[in-house]
Amino acid sequence: MIRARGRRLPAARAYGVAAAFLVAATLVSALVGAADLNPVATIAALLDKIPLVHLTSGLSQLDRAVLFDIRLPRITVALMVGALLSVAGAGYQGVFRNPLVDSGMLGASAGAGLGATLAIVYLGSAGTAAVPVAAFAGSLVGVTIAYLSGAVGGSGTATLLLAGVAVGLFLTAVQTYVMQRSAQDLQQIYSWLLGSLSGATWSQAAEILPYAAVSVAIVLLHGRHLDVLSVGDEEARALGLNPRRVRLIVVAACALAAASAVAVSGLIGFVGIVVPHVVRRLAGPSYRLVLPLSLLTGAGFLVLADTLARTVVAPAELPIGVVTALVGSPVFIGILRSTAAART
Amino acid sequence: MSALSIQNLSVDLDHVPVLQAVNAAVPDGGWLALIGPNGAGKTTLLRAVAGLVPHRGSIRIDQEDLGALRGRARARLIAYVPQIPVLPPDMTVQEYVLLGRTPHLGYLGAPGRRDRAQAADACDRLDIARFAGRRLASLSGGERQRAVLARALAQDPQVLLLDEPTSLLDIGHQQQVLELVDDLRRSRGVTVVATLHDLTQASQYAGDLVLLMDGNVEAAGDPATVLTEELIARVYAARVTVGTDPGGHRVVTPVREPPPAPRP
Repeated sequence: MIRARGRRLPAARAYGVAAAFLVAATLVSALVGAADLNPVATIAALLDKIPLVHLTSGLSQLDRAVLFDIRLPRITVALMVGALLSVAGAGYQGVFRNPLVDSGMLGASAGAGLGATLAIVYLGSAGTAAVPVAAFAGSLVGVTIAYLSGAVGGSGTATLLLAGVAVGLFLTAVQTYVMQRSAQDLQQIYSWLLGSLSGATWSQAAEILPYAAVSVAIVLLHGRHLDVLSVGDEEARALGLNPRRVRLIVVAACALAAASAVAVSGLIGFVGIVVPHVVRRLAGPSYRLVLPLSLLTGAGFLVLADTLARTVVAPAELPIGVVTALVGSPVFIGILRSTAAART
Repeated sequence: MSALSIQNLSVDLDHVPVLQAVNAAVPDGGWLALIGPNGAGKTTLLRAVAGLVPHRGSIRIDQEDLGALRGRARARLIAYVPQIPVLPPDMTVQEYVLLGRTPHLGYLGAPGRRDRAQAADACDRLDIARFAGRRLASLSGGERQRAVLARALAQDPQVLLLDEPTSLLDIGHQQQVLELVDDLRRSRGVTVVATLHDLTQASQYAGDLVLLMDGNVEAAGDPATVLTEELIARVYAARVTVGTDPGGHRVVTPVREPPPAPRP
């Protein structure tokens, strides 16, 4: 049988690498932090949670609380957010046949930003609790407006992207106006806009789990369709595919994934672009591989980024959106350079 | 009985009539060449048969009306190769050819062993199995065209639609591609409909020609009927002579009249 040559990893090995990265990132994050946890005891305590495994960890009551009530919920939320943003980014890139599209495009980030800002400014003390819902709804509303206005302009993907840019600019303008009128809330709005997982709880993870599961499942099931779309709408139709329908389904699922992530994390840029890129460089362009590998790699990437966010300037925290950009962009450029050198 | 029959086909694009009541037919396993000047409607006719533009009139394959078929069922009968196919640069030849199996898969289905075998067989047929693992961007023009034909063949169609399959190739590769298509036609019984600019090639490979002009059929029939000096002069506004090659096919040669002698 014929096999892909070149610098691509075979699928099985790519899955192995991504899974190993994910496990390593999770362990590092569980072990690093303000409280010094004994590594062996921590790993024993984690393994003890696996069904049928019984280990005595020797962790103190306090250490157990740090691990299970503070670090693990935060790690779990980070894993979910990273996976959601990466899968949504990869899905959008397939739909638009454009590797530079991010999960926040199409008015998603702008809508979420406006939703959160409105909640913080106008709902007063009740606002904090309403921010996730407002961001979630704002993100979906933004994408819906962008999609509808793009569909009016024609069937092309370029129209849709441009409509997304226009809607995004409009929503951001409204948000800026609201912010400018309420200076006392600026601090809170900015800290949300820059993204943070410092408030992560088990209940947050549970709340977004249904949306996350459904949206990710739908996107993953459409990997093959995105591969067919890569030959263009006309040829995809000649192959019996309905590009509009596929686009609508995948955009809706990606929007739901990104909105779920934004609800608990605020705006975290860069993940949705850089993770699928890295995956593509390692495993080739087929979305049947890119989507699941982005899920694993993105989850690990965001856990590492969050670990940096809470440790580099401890006891203070960096906004995680700043970390993903600061760490991600040089890595990204390095990858582009090294693979460009290898190709020519 | 005709494998493919087109009756009263009309197409409007942007409210402008592009094809008007076109009739054409090809026998099972035949080769129909669509010829005519630029803008005559050749590509639109192919796209209408492929189901890519709305049209009036009927298109039938073995008496089955294509208008009643949904996209996937239609794509199981007809493979369409555009003049300039979109080739995702990083996709391998193997992955690309496998896309041809799309109409044979259920909505959530994945290509199985049979699909892979069909794709591999198509690669063998077109002699590209050697570089099945190469990226599309690394292929030469002739190799690309064979990869695209392999994808169409993996579709296992009854009718193969080719839009200018030789337009970007040198003369040797043109002949190679046309011979490959003819070989598929004879060995697999595929019916071929191709637009061709080269009238000599049209005569050498196609059994039936349809000459289009301004969306109307100007002439139709075998090459000897259609390829006459008068008709070509009128439809193309071209000066040609029509001869015969050793195989008995028409040879259309452009003629340039000697320029007027310089005045002494």
